[in-house]
This record gives sequence, C-alpha cells and structure tokens, in this order.
Amino acid sequence: MKKFKLRTLDVRKTYGSVVALEAASIEMNEGEFLTLLGPSGSGKTTLLMAIAGINNPDSGEIWIDGKLATYLPPFKRDLGMVFQNYALFPHMTIFDNIAFPLRMRKMDKTFIHKEIARVLEIVELDHVAKRFPRELSGGQQQRIALARCIVYKPSIILMDEPLGALDKKLRGTLQREIKQLHESLGITVLYVTHDQEEAMVMSNRICVMNDGRIDQIGTPDELYFRPSTIFSADFLGESNLLTAEVLEVKKDGVVILGPAGMTVQGELSGSVNIGEQVKFMVRPESVYTDKAVPSDNSAEGILKEVIVTGQITKYFVKLSDGTEMMSLQLTRREVDKVEIGRPIILSWSKTSTVVLANTAES
Amino acid sequence: MNIKLEQLSASSYASITRPQRWSRLLPILPAILFLGFFFIYPVALLLGLSLVDRSGTLGLEHYSHLFEKAVYVKVLLITLKIASWTTVFAILAGYPIAYLLSTVKNNTRNSLVILVLMPFWTSFLVRTFAWIVLLGRHGALNELLLALGIVDAPVRIIFNFTGVMIGMVHALMPLCVLTMMAVMENIDRNLVSAASTLGARGGQAFWRVYFPLSLPGVAAGGMLVFITALGFFITPALLGGARETMIVQVIIFQIHEVLNWGFAGAIAMLLLVSVLVIFFLYDQLLGLSTLSGESAHEQKKGTIGQIGRWLGSGIVNALGYLCEQVGALIDMLMPPRADRARRSGSRITLWIIAMTVIAFLCVPAFFVIPVSFTEEGFLGWPPKGFSLQWYEQVINSPAWAAAAKRSFVVAISSALLGMSIGVPAAFFLARKQFFGKAALFAFLVSPIIMPNIIIAVALFYLYAKLGLVGTNIGLILGHTVLAIPYVVITVMAILKNYDHRLDQAALTLGANKWQTLTRVTLPLLSAGLIASFMFAFIISFDELTIALFVTGGEVTTLPKQMWDDALMRVSPALAALASLLLAFMSFVILVTEYVRRRGLHK
Repeated sequence: MKKFKLRTLDVRKTYGSVVALEAASIEMNEGEFLTLLGPSGSGKTTLLMAIAGINNPDSGEIWIDGKLATYLPPFKRDLGMVFQNYALFPHMTIFDNIAFPLRMRKMDKTFIHKEIARVLEIVELDHVAKRFPRELSGGQQQRIALARCIVYKPSIILMDEPLGALDKKLRGTLQREIKQLHESLGITVLYVTHDQEEAMVMSNRICVMNDGRIDQIGTPDELYFRPSTIFSADFLGESNLLTAEVLEVKKDGVVILGPAGMTVQGELSGSVNIGEQVKFMVRPESVYTDKAVPSDNSAEGILKEVIVTGQITKYFVKLSDGTEMMSLQLTRREVDKVEIGRPIILSWSKTSTVVLANTAES
Repeated sequence: MNIKLEQLSASSYASITRPQRWSRLLPILPAILFLGFFFIYPVALLLGLSLVDRSGTLGLEHYSHLFEKAVYVKVLLITLKIASWTTVFAILAGYPIAYLLSTVKNNTRNSLVILVLMPFWTSFLVRTFAWIVLLGRHGALNELLLALGIVDAPVRIIFNFTGVMIGMVHALMPLCVLTMMAVMENIDRNLVSAASTLGARGGQAFWRVYFPLSLPGVAAGGMLVFITALGFFITPALLGGARETMIVQVIIFQIHEVLNWGFAGAIAMLLLVSVLVIFFLYDQLLGLSTLSGESAHEQKKGTIGQIGRWLGSGIVNALGYLCEQVGALIDMLMPPRADRARRSGSRITLWIIAMTVIAFLCVPAFFVIPVSFTEEGFLGWPPKGFSLQWYEQVINSPAWAAAAKRSFVVAISSALLGMSIGVPAAFFLARKQFFGKAALFAFLVSPIIMPNIIIAVALFYLYAKLGLVGTNIGLILGHTVLAIPYVVITVMAILKNYDHRLDQAALTLGANKWQTLTRVTLPLLSAGLIASFMFAFIISFDELTIALFVTGGEVTTLPKQMWDDALMRVSPALAALASLLLAFMSFVILVTEYVRRRGLHK
C-alpha cells in the first residue's frame, strides 16, 4: 500500500443525535495542498479537529506519516495548526508566542533565537518581536500565527479558515503568500475554507463537503468543469443548473430533453438511464450570446437583464417556458447595444455540458 | 399622503432643534440625586462626625483614641487576617468550579450555576444556622465522627477561627466563582488547543496559557471577596468566639451600647480607608476594568507590576514544568494508545474536586430542612421524630407575620424604586458616550464596594435628624441604595447583548421615542428586566445590616427578627422559618430562570 502523509479512514463524529461527520476518508500525499471546502456545518472543521487531536472521533482511523494516531494527544502528532482567529497568546509577546513550541520541545536558547529570526524574516515581520499580538493588525497577526506554526517544522500544517477575518484585498495577498510558503518549504497543508474562490486559488486538490459527508474530491479543474454531483456543481462557481430528461445514452455522451423543449447534447458524469430525470450544468462563461459560433447546443430566449459587474457582464435570459439562463462575457465597451426584451440565442458546446444524475437530494 | 407628511413634520417641529443639555441628562439625574442624598451625604456626615471632638470642636481626638488602645488596632489586624484567609480559601476552592463551569457545555453550566448560587440566594442567616446545626457540639458532623469512632469527644469546630472560616468562605465563594467565571468565559478555548498542537502537554497548556489569562479574574474575585469580608459581622458573631471579633462588631457596639457616634465614625473611616487602599493597590496592579469581566488589555507598567509579573511567570513556569513531568511519568507507565481514546484523568479529578466544593456550597441549606421537623426543643442532629409544631409556631406568631409582611412590602417597594431609578441610568450609561463615563459608572456602583455597615450607620444618623428611623420609608430608601448598583450592572449587561439597530429600525418605521421604548425595547428586554427586579428584591429581602440600624429596634423585617431570635436562643423554629424561606427563594429563582429561558427561546 502506498504510504500517505495523512490518511483518514471512515472517521465519524456525532454530537448527541447530530451527525457532524459521516465516515470521512481522505488521503494526502507529501507536499500536497488539500482544501476541505463546504458551507458551515458541513463537517469540515470537525474533520480537521479530529486530525489535530482536539476532538476525538467516535470511530474510524487517522494515520499520520504511516503511523496510527487516531486517539493520540495533539502534542504527540507532529502537526501544526493555524486557527481561525489566529489563537495567538495575548499575554505573550510575539517572540514568546513563536518561542512557545520550541520551548515545549526543550530547544536551547541560541537555537530558539536563531529560528525565530529566521521565520520572522520569512513572514517579513522581523521588527515586531517585542510587541504583543493586540498591537498588530489582523494581517500581521495572521503572518505571526503562520510563523509560530512553521518554526518547529511540523510535517503537516492544518489551517482552519485562517483568512476568514480579513478583508478581501488582504485575503488575496495572504492567499498568494501561503501558497508560496507551501511551495518553497514543501510542506503538506490541509486547509479549511467555505470560500470556493480561495479553495480554487490555493489547492492542489479540493475535497467538497456537504452535510457531514464528503461530496467529491478532485483537482480544482476537475471540480469546476467535471463536477460529479449536483451539490459540487452548484457550490463551486456560478452555474446554469437545469432540469432535463434523458433521451438517449451514447458511448461518447447523452442526449437530453431540456427546458423549453430544447434538445441538449452533453457529457455524462456517473450513469443514467433513458427516461430518467436528470440535471445538466453549463458554466455561464461557456454560454455565448448571439455569436455566430457553431455549437452543439442552443436555446432561444428573451434578454431580461444585463448587469455589468466590472470585468464581467452578466446576461440573464428567459427561455420560453420561464426558465432562466445566465451568460458571462468579458465586459467590452464596443459591445453591440444591449436592448432589454429583445430575442436572443444562447449557444454552448457539448463538452461544456455536464449531465448529473439526481442523487438523494434534489 | 402629503397631508400626513406635513402633520408629521409639524408635530416633530419641536424636536428639530437640538435638545437642551440638561434634558439629555434626565435619565441619569434621579440616580445621581438619589445616591447623592441617601448615600454620599450621610456617609460624609458620619465621617465628618469623626473629626468633631466630644467637646464639640474640630479635632482628631477620636483618631488618637483609636490608635491609643491596642485593642482597636488588634481588631483591625484580626479583621484583615480573617478577610485574607477567607479570600485565599475562596479562590483556592472556587477556581476549580469556575474553570469547570467555563469549560462545560451551556446546559450543564446552567444547572451547575444554580447549585453554585444556592448559598448566594439562600438567606444569609439560614446558612449560618445551618452551620450551627451541622458543626455544633451535637451537630451532624460531630455525631458522625463519634459514631465512626474517629473521635471520643465532640470536636470544637465552631465558635472559633475554623467556624468563622467555614461560614465566611461558604458565604463569599459564589461571588468569587462568578467573578472568575466571567473572565474565564472570555478566554478563547482555541488558545489551549493551539498550545497543545504546538506541543504543550495538558498541564503545560493550562499553566502557561490558561492560568495566566485567568489571573485578572482571580484578582477581581479575590478583591471583591476581601472587601466584602472586611465588612462582615454576622458570621463572626454567630460562628466565632470572642477572639474573632471583627471591626464592624466594634462599630455596632459603639453605636448601640456607647452611643459614641464620633468614635464609630472614626472606625468606619478606618475601614473605608482600608478598602480604598486595597482598591488603589489593585488598580495599580491590574486596572479596575477587570472587575467588569473584561480581561486586562493594558499591561500595567510600574515596579510593583513588574515584580508581580516576574514572580508570577516564574511560578507558572515551575507549575507547568511539574505538570509536564507528572504527565510524562503517566505516559511512561500508561503510554497513550493511538487506537483507543483515553479518559482524561485530570478532567475526572477536576469534576470530583468541583463537585465536592459545590456539595460544600449546597449541603448546609438542605440540612436545615430535616431539622425543622424535630420534636425536640433544640437544634440537634439527627432530628427526633416528626412534628410540625415549629412551623405552626412560626406561622401563628404575630411577630413573624408582621416581620414577613414588612419584608415583602419593603423588598417589593425598594426593588421597584431601584428599577425606576437604575434602569434609565443603565440605558444612559450603556448608550451614551461622554466624558467621565467610567467615573459615573464607578459612582453608581460604589454602594457595593462600600461596607454596608458604613451605609447603615450613616443612614441611621441621617434618619435620626429626618425622623425616618423605624419607618418603612426609611428602610425602602436604604435598600434602594443597595439595589441601584445591582440593577445598573444587570441591566447594562443585558443591554450589551441588545441589538441597537432594532430601535433604529422602529424609529425609521415611524415610531416615536416613547413608542420605540414601550413597543420594541422593553418587550425584548422584559426577561432580563424581570431577572434584574428579582435580584433587587432578594437583596432587600435578605438584607440585615441596614435593617438592624434604621429600624431603630421598633419594627422588624424577617432577617432582623431572625437575628434577634438567634441572639437569644437558636430554636428549631428558626430552622422551620429558614426552610420556608429556602422554599420561597427557590420558587423565586425558578420563576426567574423560567422567565429568562423563555426570553431566550423567543
């Protein structure tokens, strides 16, 4: 069996009658950046806390570095964790905060000084060692939390929504910094967020979680273009998710009957039978408006609304049966005059159409 | 539509101009005036008296008298000693409870808090009698020890220093626990988790991270206990011997027996100065902001603070190291298994310690009940037979009935008065930003810090001039002085969690200020306000010190009647009354709790 850096096997956790996590199994390779992505209450933090050893799971196994660690106390796991609100010790200076894990490991004084200088340089905050956490800005506190984590070189770093409290611009900067740290130090990172964009930016792989279950694990690309469940398709990015009925199942795809009587060709994710009710997903940016682009699928409708959000312009189109579809285009000034209420033809390719089986949840 | 708008603007025309400065102060004025006249003024009068010699001229005669005789200095030292030990024990025993309470689930905490508050809510005198029943020569504990053959003759547990300690720690520990808990609840649980992922063993994480962060709570709780203990006299009088005479007892003696007001004022001044010195030291070390449950954000600078911190960190690191060694030893004997969860031994120990202390807090109140059904004529353990004679005696006694009626009238009136003065003041303090806000808050809650005896004696002196001694009005006014701080604190705490935008929404929707207050704000706060009222009610209902003086011996309240009876003879009738009061208080608390929870569900 391949040796994984981190492996969980059917980890389950309940709080009273509430199942917080149901049989979660993930595997992580050395140096990988895996993100647990899901809405709040989806079980992602529960899984992270079980891996960190802060919450004991009810059943299942956790393997770290090929060793069983399910119920080991946190200090025996060789993990690092960055908390949502940084969890810097408010009564200690930045220096003492970063020295804490080294002192717990009985490192000698000169080594501690050297290491702290090193990590403070990495996070570009070498001048704050004598300050207290409350004297730093949110972004700086976040960098210190990172420094405190990497200073003792844990084999895996867990991060629980570390950027959740920061504003959008700072979040972007720190996302790239964390990513660079991950690459330059070669550390293994398990990251938790509910922000799908953040997950896309940072991860090698994303594990989408929903309602205590793992919904789908895959690369950002796979998840975005080839979601295997309706939930993943809906949760990641914007999507046109429409109801349809299977007409024909072919070797290289399916033909379905969509809303407003349109026949749609699409690619299949999973398996479906003829006559079955399904959903199909097409990303709005794959839907073209009025262009003479030859395409596999098309639909006619009335232009209902146009929103310019900045770089992107959103077109909302109402089909003849009332279904709404969205198309995203880059905003251009010279674009032909938009007239609300005029007829419009939408078109998209077969390869950008994913047909999804209706699972338990609609 | 237009007409309506015009009407609206016409009717609000008057308020278009900025309101006058004085009218904006309207909500806070009654509180300032009331406390100014019934608290500051009489206390100042009393302290002024201490500067007037017996010949009627200004002088320091009383003070030189105070320090001339070794006895008064000795009493002060005894008082300080008793208060210090009480503080130490209350913190040591209370810390585990506070820690447990701040780390368990909300539901568990709510039930445990009720148990911790049991003695807090149970009548002060009831508790003291319970100890007499439990620890007396023929008390339950001695009977048990004799029966087990551990001792040959009854041990002397009360009417000495031990007795005073047990009584005072029992009385003051809930206060200490609640104060510590307020700080501990604000400690981010993630910090301890973070410490353990960073490599700290349980003990290390606690001592190096949690404990230092909880110290402001310990200091605040300790200080409140210490200051309250300085003003105690019921417990040392009933559970102590002559050698445990505390300073307040001397003040009472000077006024009741010698009628030397000036000298009593001088002793009161001594007590007050001790309190202020302690406050000053505390503020220097930690800052007063920690008293309201906020953690000390500003590290205090200065030599005392520096030495304190240096000493503190040394002790904390040593304890952390010790725990780590013990933990490592346990791990060596019983290595943690990766495949099985180990029950946390320290957690179980914590539960055992905390529950033992909670039992200490609760048991006395419950012991009174069986004793009240005894057939015998004295308080003994175990009670003999079953009889309702003591209940009959209490209920049929016109003295008790009159005292009960007066207690109810006074408690309800002073709670209402306290609310009507304190609630607007709390709103004002919670919502307005102005210069001197902290000082004003300190002023409004200062009756809590002032030893009750000083207020009582001062009011007695004032009432004597106004002819209010022995009147219900006098009692009500006195109890209102005590109720106002509690009302202000509890209502401000509720307002902290109240979403101010709801009011703004009501105002934009067309409600005027009064309608907003009566239709939106007050209904939403009703549960909290009822709880606050109950709090004020119980404070008055259980109050003895002020009642002792301002009734002038002419009329009585329940606590005063119990006190008088107890000084004469401790009979099972008192136990019967105590049981009745316990039942009544429990009823009040349950109703309060029910209202509060219903408020939460809404």
